[in-house]
Amino acid sequence: MKQLEGRRYVIAAIFTLVAFIFLVRLFFVQVLDDQYKLDADNNVLRHIVKYPARGLIYDRNGELLVYNEAAYDLMVTPRQMKEEFDTLAFCELMEISKEEFIEKVNKAKAYSYYKSSIFIKEISARSYARIQEQLFKFPAFYVQTRTLRSYPQKTAAHILGYVGEASPKVIEQNPYYRSGDHIGISGLEMEYEEVLRGKRGVKIVMVDVFNREKGKFRNGIYDSTAVSGKNLQLSLDAELQAYGERLMQNKKGSIVAIDPRTGEVLALISMPTYDPNLLVGRMRSANYGILSKDTLNPLFNRALMAKYPPGSTFKSINALIGLEEGVLTPNTLYSCYNGYRAGNFFMGCHSHRSPVNLEFSIQTSCNAYYSNVFRSIIDKYPTAEEGYKVWREYVTNFGLGQKSNIDLPNELEGFVPKAEYYDRYYRKGSWGSLTIVSLAIGQGELGFTPMQMANMTATIANRGYYITPHIVKSIDGQAIESFDSSIVRHESGISSDNFNEVVEAMNKVVQQGTGTQAKIEGIEVCGKTGTVENPHGDDHSTFIAFAPKDDPQIALSVYVENGYWGSRWAAPIAGLLIEKYLRDTISRPHIEKRMLEGDLIHIQKEGNEGE
Amino acid sequence: MRGNRSLIDNIDWILVGLYLILVFAGWLNIYAAVYNEEFQSIFDTTQRYGKQLLWIGTSVVLAVIILLIDERFFSTFGYFIYGIVLILLVVVIFIGAETKGATSWFSIGGFKVQPSEFSKFATNLALAKYLSSMNIQLEKFKTKLIASIIIFLPAVLILLQNDTGSALVYAAFILVLYREGLSGNILLVGIVAAALFIITLFFQSINYDLWGYTIEGAELILIGIFALLNIVFYINRKKKGILLPLIGVFIASGVLVKSVDYVFTSVLEPHQSKRINVLLGLESDPKGAGYNVNQSLIAIGSGGFFGKGYLEGTQTKFDFVPEQSTDFIFCTIGEEWGFVGSFFVVAMFLGLLLRILFLCARQRSSFARIYGYGVAAILFFHFTINIGMTIGLAPVIGIPLPFFSYGGSSLWAFTILLFVFVKMDADRLEIL
Repeated sequence: MKQLEGRRYVIAAIFTLVAFIFLVRLFFVQVLDDQYKLDADNNVLRHIVKYPARGLIYDRNGELLVYNEAAYDLMVTPRQMKEEFDTLAFCELMEISKEEFIEKVNKAKAYSYYKSSIFIKEISARSYARIQEQLFKFPAFYVQTRTLRSYPQKTAAHILGYVGEASPKVIEQNPYYRSGDHIGISGLEMEYEEVLRGKRGVKIVMVDVFNREKGKFRNGIYDSTAVSGKNLQLSLDAELQAYGERLMQNKKGSIVAIDPRTGEVLALISMPTYDPNLLVGRMRSANYGILSKDTLNPLFNRALMAKYPPGSTFKSINALIGLEEGVLTPNTLYSCYNGYRAGNFFMGCHSHRSPVNLEFSIQTSCNAYYSNVFRSIIDKYPTAEEGYKVWREYVTNFGLGQKSNIDLPNELEGFVPKAEYYDRYYRKGSWGSLTIVSLAIGQGELGFTPMQMANMTATIANRGYYITPHIVKSIDGQAIESFDSSIVRHESGISSDNFNEVVEAMNKVVQQGTGTQAKIEGIEVCGKTGTVENPHGDDHSTFIAFAPKDDPQIALSVYVENGYWGSRWAAPIAGLLIEKYLRDTISRPHIEKRMLEGDLIHIQKEGNEGE
Repeated sequence: MRGNRSLIDNIDWILVGLYLILVFAGWLNIYAAVYNEEFQSIFDTTQRYGKQLLWIGTSVVLAVIILLIDERFFSTFGYFIYGIVLILLVVVIFIGAETKGATSWFSIGGFKVQPSEFSKFATNLALAKYLSSMNIQLEKFKTKLIASIIIFLPAVLILLQNDTGSALVYAAFILVLYREGLSGNILLVGIVAAALFIITLFFQSINYDLWGYTIEGAELILIGIFALLNIVFYINRKKKGILLPLIGVFIASGVLVKSVDYVFTSVLEPHQSKRINVLLGLESDPKGAGYNVNQSLIAIGSGGFFGKGYLEGTQTKFDFVPEQSTDFIFCTIGEEWGFVGSFFVVAMFLGLLLRILFLCARQRSSFARIYGYGVAAILFFHFTINIGMTIGLAPVIGIPLPFFSYGGSSLWAFTILLFVFVKMDADRLEIL
């Protein structure tokens, strides 16, 4: 019997052991492991996001360019799906296949049985009107309102850019964004993302196991209201922009027009372009694929990202540098007999009277004259390297070969070679003014964006400076200059008297020289044509212009790819745009008609096929 | 008067005090578990906490009545009570109301009574009476057989009601038998058999390809056992008569392992075998069978050291934990009172169990002692399985936490079970 007495200690030991195991386990679960606390919050707390309305965008005249249109996300709560769910009717209503339906339902169930998730994204308002009437038959489904961008003018696609869902990479890098958030991906939408997006609000509610709301979390101390995005007013003239796009239809190229007095961009055209409404909502990815495969590259913003040599338009700059350096006066004469000769070197020119003075050299765009001017600038200094550095300094002061700092993303720097470039290319000390004389007529290694060319033109128009170009005029009524310190005056370092000489010559270009196609009765237009040698095909037609001569209100650069001479396409287009902007009428409808009908894309293709 | 006086003097107030603490704590936590801002009064009898208060009140009355009944009543009518409960257990199978798949309830005018709750008390009483009767020796096979029948008869009837959880409780009586002289080896065999059962489940669903033959998991285990027994035989090869027991062990193991598959697929309900699989980590299914345990762990784990505060538990209040006022009441404690509260409850239960063991040791009659061990064994089993399942250490078998869980039948039955022992203990000096 005695030994059985002892067994109560065994039993007591078993009791104690179990209690001890429980306490150890409880200590691990309750005190040491934090995962359960997170899980508990996931269970109970729902962050209901309040999406703010994205800011609207207007042009300089208050014309609406971008607004928000309601779109609808169809949400599903799998638990509420009844057994007698009419799949066939539902698929018909939503225009999806049965397989798609099953896949989406399974995905939603895998996410959560009780929590709702997106079933179909971004249904347009038009489709929603049809769906709405029947949605009551499917109680597990409801819609959540979102907004999509809409572009009533169908213009300026490259400037406005587009909005899309934040990518996983963005979400990882920027804690503001969550999966499914919208973010500006290009253009102004990207550049002014933080201004336009506003501030998301959040409401934290507690829910029970059936996802029913049970009140605010901690009485709402962590809640915040949504703040709408700010509206942008652009300096862009939507009418001018659209008109320019029409004139450029069926052509490749770019136009940048700015108000030289303020640096405000009036038009920034890159052709071919696309309807910005294509990159909205459910069709975005499909349309993006089509556009990005287009061989004409409509997504590419030529105004900021294409590098062209300036061609003969650059002669004005060499004239200005020559004047400022004192190696050139308005009366300097050079002879030209169908070209420029120096030893074995020969650069051709068209036939015109000789000798040539400064004014006529610009008017007739004489190659020999500028070969002489350019060489005299370089050779003024002991070595070509020194001379070149001085010359290059002037060129970059016109904003050439450097970013304009316009408020748009992905701008190219352009290219003016440094002296070292030629050292590398030719060997230091062994290159001279003749080696690089093609710079005299704007050929050679030079590569500028149409934007930079517009700045160069604005500098001439202003007789000595340009202002940092910008496309946003004000944010919520507050002028951009008042807070954007990057908008400054860039001095060229050349005296305004010297500019006057060149301006007069450029006026002659339009009056009776190569640019008469840009001539407008009653407006003193100054311009310079250019033909850009193109090793890949027909030469590019280019033209820079500003007007009126003594009170410039618009300065522009026009590039028409494969358009041959500047006088053929670029000059008439520039003239039409100047008249449109300054007078809002067109006095030369025959020229307008020729431009509208001009087709440099399809004709060329046909021509190539014929060869 | 004198009799009552000595009764009050002789009652073990420590045990009664522990009982009252647990019952009161249970009531507070039921209030928290089903807390609803519309019905804030803790006395509202349309709500579970209000009803529980009624059960507590009637339980106290029951306890007082038991304390006033002559102690000899229980030993005299032990078999009679057992018999009546057995009849009720049979009847309920035919006319019982079905709740959650089990037909274990009598529904009488809105009240529901569960005879299986009371049968634990009756079985304990009958077993104590049988084992304490004259000339009983547990070594005898006949004694073991009769004791087993007393224990397993109600268990089988409860199984027929589809209430596996309540039936398993009867396994707890093995502790009583052990205390009364059952060979420790049998306890050991029980543990080994349970271990073998679990190991078999691990290998059950796996087939191995070996030299073109498909070997089932169960066969692999038998090969392992066979090898192990060969080693045992080799070490003890000089001992005589070692071969026969080893062969016996091998055959027994074979029968067990082979029948586990049968038990698992045919005896246990699919939801029960799934729960066991989830518990063993053989299946992961946080939205299905594992949902209860997962949510229970989240509730308890989110409590932290000091808990979220009374009535501040979000997991239990918003119904993430199922059965939170009955089987999963411990979640409310863990979430709202934290580790401190969990520690308190576990300590209270351990105190209660050890107090009972202590009181058993001072009983003069073997009837009272055996009955006392039965009480401890039943409470221990409930405590282990119930808290164990809420923290993922035991399969989810729906049995209540004594004194805590909501439910009239269970509270009444545990009160009767405990207070009959309190009465026996109070009267221990009157027995010669």
